Amino acid sequence: MLDLDVIWRNLSFLLVQGFLGIGTFVGGTLRLAIPSIVLGFILGIFIGIARLAPPAWIRVPAMLYVEFFRGVPLVMVIFWMWFIMPIVLGTTIPEFGVALTAFVVFEAAYLGEIVRAGIQSVPRGQVEAGTALGLTGAQGMRFVILPQALKNMIPSLVTQFIVLFKDTSLASIIGFMDLTKAAQVVNNREIRPFPIYLFIAVVYWVCTYSMSRYARYLEKRIGPA
Amino acid sequence: MNYKFNWSVLWTGESGQWLLSGLIITLELSAAAWLIAVALGIVSGALRTVRVWPLRAAATFYVEFFRNVPLLVWMFFWYFAVPPLLPQAMQDFLFAHGLEFWAAVCALGVYSGARFSEVLRSGIQSIPKTQMEASVASGLTTVQAYRYVILPVALRIIIPPGTNESLNLLKNSSVALTISVAELTFQTRQIETYTARAIEALTAGTLIYLVLCVSIATVMSWVERRTAIPGLIVGGRQRR
Repeated sequence: MLDLDVIWRNLSFLLVQGFLGIGTFVGGTLRLAIPSIVLGFILGIFIGIARLAPPAWIRVPAMLYVEFFRGVPLVMVIFWMWFIMPIVLGTTIPEFGVALTAFVVFEAAYLGEIVRAGIQSVPRGQVEAGTALGLTGAQGMRFVILPQALKNMIPSLVTQFIVLFKDTSLASIIGFMDLTKAAQVVNNREIRPFPIYLFIAVVYWVCTYSMSRYARYLEKRIGPA
Repeated sequence: MNYKFNWSVLWTGESGQWLLSGLIITLELSAAAWLIAVALGIVSGALRTVRVWPLRAAATFYVEFFRNVPLLVWMFFWYFAVPPLLPQAMQDFLFAHGLEFWAAVCALGVYSGARFSEVLRSGIQSIPKTQMEASVASGLTTVQAYRYVILPVALRIIIPPGTNESLNLLKNSSVALTISVAELTFQTRQIETYTARAIEALTAGTLIYLVLCVSIATVMSWVERRTAIPGLIVGGRQRR
């Protein structure tokens, strides 16, 4: 049942092509996860700030954006991008671009909520002190509020990054050669589903579990704000 | 952008029927998986707070392993890897009765159970320790204390995060399309394949998910207000 030989034979394809994304196919779990996390977080900061902006014409669209993407499955968003991007841009888009856009747009809604909660956790007096020192609103946000907010949101950010990391497996449904797709390809050739799928489960687990241990460590070190 | 909308594809032909059957499968799949998830979540969540370490370790292993691996991998695992290990008679039965549906129920149920477990554990841990001490002092065994004191309070406290997880479960049921369960997203794709009207089909599917999520959230926030425990800070918080 546990035929480890099949893993050994395909190890380099699974890990180098599927996990890292180095090889003949466009793929790689890490190659998709890292830019998605970085870009999603940047967009998330803007959405989080927009949700707290005083003018309604900024606040309401940001709220609708968050509520919309939190009420729709990620699979649906990936299909949306898959069909709508070629129509809007008038040209074909590689799977990587489609998947990256879908993840950034989708995760930004969740990350935006974390950023908003982080900003709201900074005491009001800090804002007033910033204004009293003569900082403009944008400067106060940039130099006073965001640095403190960021510290408070680190544990929930790491948790959301774990979720995003797991979600990248869904890019395989549009043909992106990530770890899950690589396992499918290997299984189609070898027909040894049990060891192959268990092996990639363990690979995912090692990554996500170490991230969650790190989150717990950070939480303890930083302490409740 | 030169795309001519043709919304009539949604109510001509078989599209309406497909969407409806997809919606029904999504609801059936989610309901069956929800029952498994809640049962596993309550048992493992409670076990993670007990003193006996082998029970706690087993529950921790279940939660940490299943929660930290993508649902899609579990779908493939339950669909491709588990059936060959079952006895022949059971395999025949499953192949005749929609194997992909039951594989999806197991995958979604066991995965979400690990997530429910964390919600319940934090609910139990938010109950003051004195409740447990008072139960034991009044002569209840540990099992009775959990059954009659701790769990009823914890389950009422966790209604908001529990609702959130239930909605996640509903949305995650869309991953079942990868093992060809004919649920809502699958049927949306089917309409697209037959009519080549991607935007119309996706809009219909998306709206159905949105309406489902918003209505469940609304109903549950009413339930939450009805079942709030006045004395407890966590449970008795009033919504504005």
